[in-house]
Amino acid sequence: MTSVLEIRNLHVSVADKPILKGVNLLVKQGEVHALMGPNGTGKSTLAYTLMGHPLYVVTGGQVIFKGVDLLELAPDERSRLGLFLAFQYPVAIPGVSVANFLRTALNARRRAANPADKGIPIPEFRKLLKAKMDMLQVSHDFAGRYLNDGFSGGEKKRAEILQMATLDPEIAVLDETDSGLDIDALRIVAEGVNKLAGPNMGALVITHYQRILNYIKPNVVHIMLGGQIVESGEADLALHLEERGYDWVREKYQEKAEA
Amino acid sequence: MSEQVAELEKLSEYKYGFSDNVHYAYQSQRGLNAGVVRTLSGMKGEPQWMLDFRLKALDIFNKKPMPTWGGKISLDLDEITYYTRPSEKTESSWDDVPADIKNTFDKLGIPEAERKFLAGVGAQYESEMVYHSVQKHLEELGVIFLSSDDGLRQYPELFREHFGKVVPPTDNKFAACNSAVWSGGSFVYVPKGVHVEMPLQAYFRLNAEGTGQFERTLIIVDEGAQVHYVEGCTAPTYSRDSFHSGVIEIIVKKGARCRYTTIQNWSTNVYNLVTQRAVVHEGATMEWVDANLGSQLTMKYPSCYLVGEGAHGEILSMAFAGPGQHQDTGGKVVHGAPNTTSKITSKSISRAGGRTSYRGLLKVYKGATGSKSSVVCDALLIDDKSRSDTYPVIEIDENEVTIGHEASVSKVGEEQLFYLMSRGIPKDQAEGLVVAGFIEPLVKELPMEYAVELNRLVQLQMEGSVG
Repeated sequence: MTSVLEIRNLHVSVADKPILKGVNLLVKQGEVHALMGPNGTGKSTLAYTLMGHPLYVVTGGQVIFKGVDLLELAPDERSRLGLFLAFQYPVAIPGVSVANFLRTALNARRRAANPADKGIPIPEFRKLLKAKMDMLQVSHDFAGRYLNDGFSGGEKKRAEILQMATLDPEIAVLDETDSGLDIDALRIVAEGVNKLAGPNMGALVITHYQRILNYIKPNVVHIMLGGQIVESGEADLALHLEERGYDWVREKYQEKAEA
Repeated sequence: MSEQVAELEKLSEYKYGFSDNVHYAYQSQRGLNAGVVRTLSGMKGEPQWMLDFRLKALDIFNKKPMPTWGGKISLDLDEITYYTRPSEKTESSWDDVPADIKNTFDKLGIPEAERKFLAGVGAQYESEMVYHSVQKHLEELGVIFLSSDDGLRQYPELFREHFGKVVPPTDNKFAACNSAVWSGGSFVYVPKGVHVEMPLQAYFRLNAEGTGQFERTLIIVDEGAQVHYVEGCTAPTYSRDSFHSGVIEIIVKKGARCRYTTIQNWSTNVYNLVTQRAVVHEGATMEWVDANLGSQLTMKYPSCYLVGEGAHGEILSMAFAGPGQHQDTGGKVVHGAPNTTSKITSKSISRAGGRTSYRGLLKVYKGATGSKSSVVCDALLIDDKSRSDTYPVIEIDENEVTIGHEASVSKVGEEQLFYLMSRGIPKDQAEGLVVAGFIEPLVKELPMEYAVELNRLVQLQMEGSVG
């Protein structure tokens, strides 16, 4: 059965300030959606809210994932249900190696499914991690480095994609994964996403710029403005934005832009 | 039941509420006086000079005031029993060991025989054989590894030459106390140029003796020699005695190298007031690796006196304070010669109302030109109820030196937890992971088996399943 993430009329406030004002969106496993829009329109707020960040307060609406009310779940439960967020600004965890972290995360999944589970055997885990690192062209010494600690911008983004590949989500939200990357890093990250997106994974790619969409071909492009999705269309909508910028969107939806 | 035992019971009762029906073959009267010291020394059959040393120390102990700094010591020193013959100590029953300690043994998967030893109720242990083969190997190298009592008996001159020189009884009230009534501990001598490859583990030796209340350890590393000494264990060590005061003296001679690793996890009824000091000669290196998890109050500041040119001292200290605990720990380095270098790294974690303090002294004497030192202390607070303080004292009498000091206090960040949880890791495990990462620089310095156990124990403590 195809997993579906459905966002219905979602309203979200941060520190009592309304940011999302009725977002509707449907992402299915196997689809790639691009969410575009100017800065400060609520794209990242949507990403954090979906993952359950405690500072983002849902004031209305619903999010249903695989038939479950997602908003009732803690972030770890959402993850174990099959949702993934690639962070725009991944946090460093000094002293915890990428390998140790990923093994802990995988074991948390196994234990949730079966409390008696002894955890993934280390040789099996090593094999798995190596395969994922090879697929994403990540050097093997990555596994022993402390998570995001002293990583360059590009390394952080690749670490996010490596996590995504290892945890095997059904729906992944990528929050400005392209920001701060040079063209080579961007290409590598985009290729990684392409390898993972497919019948088993749906993706919501949040981006400010069109350029990542030269590498990742979306089925649908959405434009967000003033906390709502104001336009949805096919891939050429992104090209349209590339040529004309966001001004025409602002003009067309003046009231929302001012909201 | 005698009145004394009843008193003893009272001492322990407030913490664990267990009844103690141990029969003592010999137990000194409560309080510390010349009679107690004479009896103790006589029972051990010690030479006159040691008795004199003890009596002088007793005098100093009586005259010295209690320290006015550090943790709050709610102990009536007149109510303490200062000497119980070790062989009789182990007659108490497994049933007396508090349930929470037994629980932790279960969770750590400690074998039955080892549990009894750790709980202070069983003296003999299968590792006796291991100990003997270790001893044989050491003898071939000319290394002495004995209990301090045996050291005094078998190597009276070597012992006397160094004993009480690094930490004199006048140093502090608790060092004086230890000097008056010390018993047990290790005596180690590594001859010139000998490198002892395997760590010397007090654990093996202690199995035959039980852990001591006033341990006294003396380690001499002769010129160009190397040794790593490990004491303690990660599993909770139950002690009926609520007052522990050890003294560790180490002499690292020219070009020698010594590492001393301690992991202490006393039951939370224990006051653990320890003096650890090393004198480090020309071109020699001393490293203290010190982890404190248990006790009600620990006051411990491993020190290096860098007395020879180019001497190097390192202190890596970790403290974990849970509910009702205060870990007052840190380090002390004295630069007394040119081109000496030192590094202090302190990592402390406070959880559920626990308190940690970093207390450090860095002293550079005039003439110690070209000396370098760096002090880094990081504290991690798990919640708002817990507390961490830093008391760094730096005294520099020489201009030509390089000194660095950094201190940080951080809370386990909401963003870190959210990030880890977003990967499916439950909150308590996520906190444990952040803490494990925080102490990683210390853990990776430990022998493998200790590292594994320490990580596991910290995880258990974080989950709140250990008292």
